[in-house]
Formats: sequence, C-alpha cells, structure tokens
Amino acid sequence: MLVRALPSVLAAVIGGGVLWQATDGAQAFTSEAARRLDVVRAPRAVPAVQLEDMAGRQVPLLPQAGEVVLVEFIYTVCGDICQIAAADFAEIRDRLQARGLRVRLLSVSFDPVRDTPEQMAIYGDAHDADGAMWTVARPLQQDLPDLLELFDVTVIPDEWGGYQHNAAIHVITSDGRFSAVYDTDAVEAVLAYAGGGQP
Amino acid sequence: MRMICLALLAFAEAVALREAAVASPVQHVLVQMPLLVLAGFMAAWDLKIPRGWAVPLLLAALTVFLFWMLPRNVDWALSPAGETAKYITLPLLLGLPLRLSWPWLGPILRGFLKANALSMLGVLGFLYTHAPVRICNSYLVSAQHDLGFAFLYLAAALACLWAIPVLFGHPRRGPLGAAGCSRCGA
Repeated sequence: MLVRALPSVLAAVIGGGVLWQATDGAQAFTSEAARRLDVVRAPRAVPAVQLEDMAGRQVPLLPQAGEVVLVEFIYTVCGDICQIAAADFAEIRDRLQARGLRVRLLSVSFDPVRDTPEQMAIYGDAHDADGAMWTVARPLQQDLPDLLELFDVTVIPDEWGGYQHNAAIHVITSDGRFSAVYDTDAVEAVLAYAGGGQP
Repeated sequence: MRMICLALLAFAEAVALREAAVASPVQHVLVQMPLLVLAGFMAAWDLKIPRGWAVPLLLAALTVFLFWMLPRNVDWALSPAGETAKYITLPLLLGLPLRLSWPWLGPILRGFLKANALSMLGVLGFLYTHAPVRICNSYLVSAQHDLGFAFLYLAAALACLWAIPVLFGHPRRGPLGAAGCSRCGA
C-alpha cells in the first residue's frame, strides 16, 4: 500500500514545492506583488543617471548627501491614475516639508519625446510641483529602457494614444539603492519609511 | 501517425500566435496555451501507461496547470525565458501526462476534476472582470475584462458540453436509460 502511494505522494510534494516557490511562499501571485517583494529582499543599485527637469536643468536621479528620493513614473497627458497619484504625491511633499525631512520627489516621464520641459512645466503647475522639493523630469530616450527595467515598470500603449503602466511610488534610499515600492495612495506608509532612517 | 501530425499542427499554430499573445490575453491564455496543451495531448494519443503511473502523472499535470494559471506567470510567459518554458512544459508536462492518466481515472474523479475546472473558471472570470487593479502588468485593463468574460463564456460552454451526456446519455452509447439499465443488469 505504502509503496503504491509513494510516487503519488512524491509528485504531490514536488508539485506543492514548485507552486510554493513560484509564489514566493504563497505571498506573490501577480508580477506587481513579486517585484515589490523582490525589491525589499534585494535592493537594486541605481545608476548615476541625469534627468532634465521642467526648467531644462540637469538633475541627478541618485540621492545627494544623505537624502531619500521618491520616484513616480508618469506621462504628462495621463488622464486618470497619474492625476490622482500626483495629488497624493503633493500631500506627501507637504507633510515631509512640515517635518523637515531631507527627501526629494521626482515625477519621471517615460514619454520623453512628447514630454518636453514646457509640457512638464504645465503638469508641474497643475499639481503644484514647484521644482524645489518636487520636480518633474525626463530621462534621455537612450536611458529609458534600462530605467524601466531596473524599476520593473511595464508601459503599454492604450486605445486612446496614451499608456497604461504599473503606477507606484519607488523609494531610492540614501545609499543609492531602489529599496521599496508603495501604492501611490499609501501616504502613511511612505512617510513612515522615508522618515524612518532620519531623526 | 495522424495524431503526431495533429500535435505538430497544434504546436505550429501556437508558435504562429506569438505576436497575438503579446497583444491580447484572451489569445494568449485561451488560445495559445490550450493549443500547446492539445499538442502534448495529441502526441500521447496512442501511448499507454501502467495504472500505477496515472495519479503521479495527473498530479504533475495539475501542478503545471496551476503554475501557468498564476497571473505573474502569464506575464513571465511573454519574456524570452518564460516563453521557452511555456513551449516546453505545457505540451510535455501538462498535455502529455493528462492524456496518459485520463483513461485510468474513474468517473467520480473525472467529474470532480470537471466540476473544479468549471468553478475555477467562474472564480477567475469574476476576478478578472471585477479586480480594481491590473492583474497582469503586460495587459490593458480592458483586455483584462475581456479575458474575464472569456473565462465565463468558456465555463458556460463547458458546463453545457459536459452536462449533455449526463442528462441525455452519451451520443455513441445511446440514451442514458437504456445504457444505465443494461449496465446494472436490468
């Protein structure tokens, strides 16, 4: 009896193990959950990329002198999620400012061809991003694919000439590593994380 | 030989749908993937195995089935590594073992598997039509809804298909009453 059941038990154990592995221990069923888990477990080094902001100035993506950088990927004519996310981003900026934390917020365009500095300035104006603590910036077209891959952001064209993308807040800690991903409306969690390492 | 040719045809058809799979999750999950399973199923059409292998092979097939049902693996199946894994595992580790074990499975186990397949399609259909977020990063929300409805239509079609022999008898074995009575010796 036992010998007859052995291959089946073995197959069930192996099958269960494969599925356990494939879902990171039943924690991540979607690729979005998987990337968030992976980033926390193994923070990724961010390269020294320069971005062009709304005023046409060069700004570094990497944190400078002990600051934390919060990154959102957007395109300026986005009709839905980016607009809501920008309102939450503004709230995070205001509350960080009130607490005097060294944090920089970047809305990075993944459509650098259409999002010229003028276009980004319109978006900045609309959401009260004044370029001081929070600015809107675009990478060089040639840097874009590597950036999207590093942050695991998938951008696909939609039916109306725009894009759909996995919107989130990406945290680059002061050691220059991409270390966490939060929902765009997870204001409290982002504040707790960004303020965590600092007095 | 004819079945091998059909298997190759199904596989070729699946490979030909590469571009379509990127554009539409319905083509990916409900056309390309089933074709790959069908390829393995057809390839094993004339093969026989001892009874003892049936359950382990069925478990292997179920594992692979559940693996490719995970939304994150639907995304992964569009990357080069995932694509290769899909082309290999769906025919060889799902279609083939399913075909080999099926003749040994009793009517209760078959019914159990079918009932579970239906309820699972229903749950998936509900999930993909009602989820407030994108479940697969590679597909648009509208495409996600299409996939949800496709799951529901498929569940309805399979329910009808599987209910007909239960309610009205098998088309080849004649009406249920006669077959049932002759089987129980009446």
